[in-house]
Amino acid sequence: MAKLRKYLDRIKPNFEPGGKLHAFHSVFDGFETFLYTPRTTSALSGTVHIHDSIDSKRTMITVVMALLPCFIFGMYNTGYQHWLALGATEFPFWELMLYGFLTILPRVFVAYLVGLGIEFAFAQAKKEEIQEGFLVTGLLVPMICPAEIPLWMLALAVAFAVVFAKEAFGGTGYNVLNVALVTRAFLFFAYPVQMSGDKVYVASGAPFGFGTPLPDAFSCATPLGQIATQSGPELVLTGVDGRVIDTWQAFLGLIPGSFGETSTLCVLIGAVILLGTGMASWRIILSVFAGGLFTGWIANEFASQVYPGSYLNPLEQLFLGGFAFAAVFMASDPVTAARTTTGKYIYGFMVGVMAVLIRTYNTGYPEGAMLAVLFMNCFAPLIDYCVVHTNMNRRTRRLTSKASRS
Amino acid sequence: MKLKFKKGLTLNIAGSVDASAKPIDVDVDSVAVCPDDYPGFIPKVAVKEGEAVAVGSPLLFDKKHPETKIVSPVTGSVKAIVRGERRKILRVEVDAGTEAGVQPHFDKPSDKASAKRFLAESGLLALMRQRPYDIVPSPEDTVRDIFVTAIDSAPLAFPLAAAGDFLFEKEDYEAGIAVLDIVSEGKVYFCHDMSWTLGALSGAETIEVEGRHPAGNVSVQIAAIKPVDKGDVVWTLDVLTLGRIGRTLRTGVFAAETVVAVTGPEVSEPCLIGAVIGARVAPLLAGRVADKGHSTRVVSGNLLTGTAIDVSDGYLRYPYRQLTVIAEGDDVDEFMGWASLSPSKMSESRSFPGHFLKRLFVPDTRLHGGRRAMIMSGQYESTLPMDILPEYLIKAILSHNIEEMEKLGIYEVAPEDFAAAEYVDTSKLPLQQIVRDGLDYLRKELE
Repeated sequence: MAKLRKYLDRIKPNFEPGGKLHAFHSVFDGFETFLYTPRTTSALSGTVHIHDSIDSKRTMITVVMALLPCFIFGMYNTGYQHWLALGATEFPFWELMLYGFLTILPRVFVAYLVGLGIEFAFAQAKKEEIQEGFLVTGLLVPMICPAEIPLWMLALAVAFAVVFAKEAFGGTGYNVLNVALVTRAFLFFAYPVQMSGDKVYVASGAPFGFGTPLPDAFSCATPLGQIATQSGPELVLTGVDGRVIDTWQAFLGLIPGSFGETSTLCVLIGAVILLGTGMASWRIILSVFAGGLFTGWIANEFASQVYPGSYLNPLEQLFLGGFAFAAVFMASDPVTAARTTTGKYIYGFMVGVMAVLIRTYNTGYPEGAMLAVLFMNCFAPLIDYCVVHTNMNRRTRRLTSKASRS
Repeated sequence: MKLKFKKGLTLNIAGSVDASAKPIDVDVDSVAVCPDDYPGFIPKVAVKEGEAVAVGSPLLFDKKHPETKIVSPVTGSVKAIVRGERRKILRVEVDAGTEAGVQPHFDKPSDKASAKRFLAESGLLALMRQRPYDIVPSPEDTVRDIFVTAIDSAPLAFPLAAAGDFLFEKEDYEAGIAVLDIVSEGKVYFCHDMSWTLGALSGAETIEVEGRHPAGNVSVQIAAIKPVDKGDVVWTLDVLTLGRIGRTLRTGVFAAETVVAVTGPEVSEPCLIGAVIGARVAPLLAGRVADKGHSTRVVSGNLLTGTAIDVSDGYLRYPYRQLTVIAEGDDVDEFMGWASLSPSKMSESRSFPGHFLKRLFVPDTRLHGGRRAMIMSGQYESTLPMDILPEYLIKAILSHNIEEMEKLGIYEVAPEDFAAAEYVDTSKLPLQQIVRDGLDYLRKELE
């Protein structure tokens, strides 16, 4: 380790002002502070002399850790759905995993390459340190898209989101909309064919020549996709093999869907990590589920044939699609969520309400979680504004009541 | 009345002074007062170098309110008036000696004007602070209430009540309250914790306070008792200043004695030292700082609000009651510290195992990360037991929005109230500095 430190110290002058690699100062700084905790010490007066050991790097990495159960399950499920589609009766664990891994690897790679590349360039241009926010975004993006999303689309969408949803606003900490969801929304509206329908949610190819490609004619919609095109009073959701999907399967996540968001179980493991370490707000996550259950219950009470989604019981609403994933990993993003304590309850509840409302009553969109979070992202500042103004008003009222007394 | 605060934090740092410790008296050869410790006080020099001064002789006076003095804590001669850039007065040094200047004489105050004049002329007013702005009070203001705190909840602080026991008697405190009661239009509030043994003080509304840091901060107590509104002026002081007021009045001599807790992980034997205000620290620390082969930082005050000083050339700084020595940490190479699971890492975050352990930590002065925009929400709130939205107040200050600052309660706070938030902040923002700048900006704009 001492050797590495010495090496960094030796090449460091190149990146300082006047050095020949000064143009890559931020990149060097990013790697150096990643490898070694910076030696920066507190100011001598006017500030605290000790700081908590937590920093933005640890915060982001903890979120990445919380995503890993979903990610690993996603690898398995991608393989499992593919094998199911092939009509297999045996499911060799490691082959399934490898298939899923090889499918998603290029997507993760492209997302990080494009996103971090842009972040590095902006940091350098602004002469700032590299911000860690994209470590999470870069992993989130492939997890909320179909596993086989074309690489060029992904690259384009990530570039769009990072530039227009994040850097245009000032970078990490200033964005109004969740960057990962903007990426997904861009793909959803720009390339609806590749992002929806009954062909995209089961991996069909043979990544790097591994596995057997599915026949072109194969199709299987996600449960929510089936609901959206449902007609008739009996709601029956079927899996890739044509068998009925029960609630337990939906909870485990062995259903077709976006790469990393099918398993409510793994999402809950992630939630335990996030809440256990205090990286996400339990107020938001709890309220999203509460809002979803509430609206799901209302919809179910007034179930009608016009809106087949209303046949789902409230719990199924939470288990299907990206609801749980959005609640735990998207709505809880502290930058784009409401930031006041009261605001968090309102924001979370409304995300839950909107998500179920959209997927149940707007048959044009099979899934509402993405739009619900983005919609509430826009309203979070307004919610906070109201909460902040009640605080202000308390103070003003105190002042006026005093003036009237004297 | 009893107040209980739930929010706040406890920092378990090695090197605290045993509660049963007795102060060791150290001979003070030299003292200094630094105008920087007195925000709002525009210093004018009242003495010449070489001039003989007595205890309580004015060294500096305020340009705006010439009756407000900063006085000499010892008898001796003015050694130097140290100036910095643009002739800014950095400090006035006084060598202790026997040659006596003229001992100032104070009449027993009987009405508001004479009480205020006594506090200002005696140098005791300079040891007090006012809300709004957290500055040295102006003797011209009408004072709504006066708040005294006998609690120091900062890390490694020695119980303030116990420190007072070594210096003052109940009669001193009550004589002090009597003067403050004359000044105050309303009441004198006195807040103490469990370590207070003298019972209620006559003339003051006595309140027991329970809670973690910053429960000892006057702002927190004021907000719970009777919040400061726009237009209000309240004065604040600690129990030692209260004792000084009474003692000065009773003896006629400025009570400059203080008890200094020498604390911190780098101190070989944490102890109490009997000294005076502004004492040179080298004799106080001589032989007490362990040499562990790495660079250390000596902080006059606590680790959250103190000022770093140079041991060889440093003097005790306001509020003159604590020295803390910790490792600087600028010589540590920590490989991927952000990933560390070491139980010795001090943190309020539950992602560190150390958070769950009952142990004493040995922190250094590193930031442990880079400065970022505000990312996490709710962190600041968790450390501030007041009806204030700290994040929004900080943002209002940063955007110089005076109307919002007022509405969000800037008149109720002092920089020290944001120290705990600054400690826990993931984004490592200099919150206390931001609040100080905001208060100064506001005062400049509104005066």
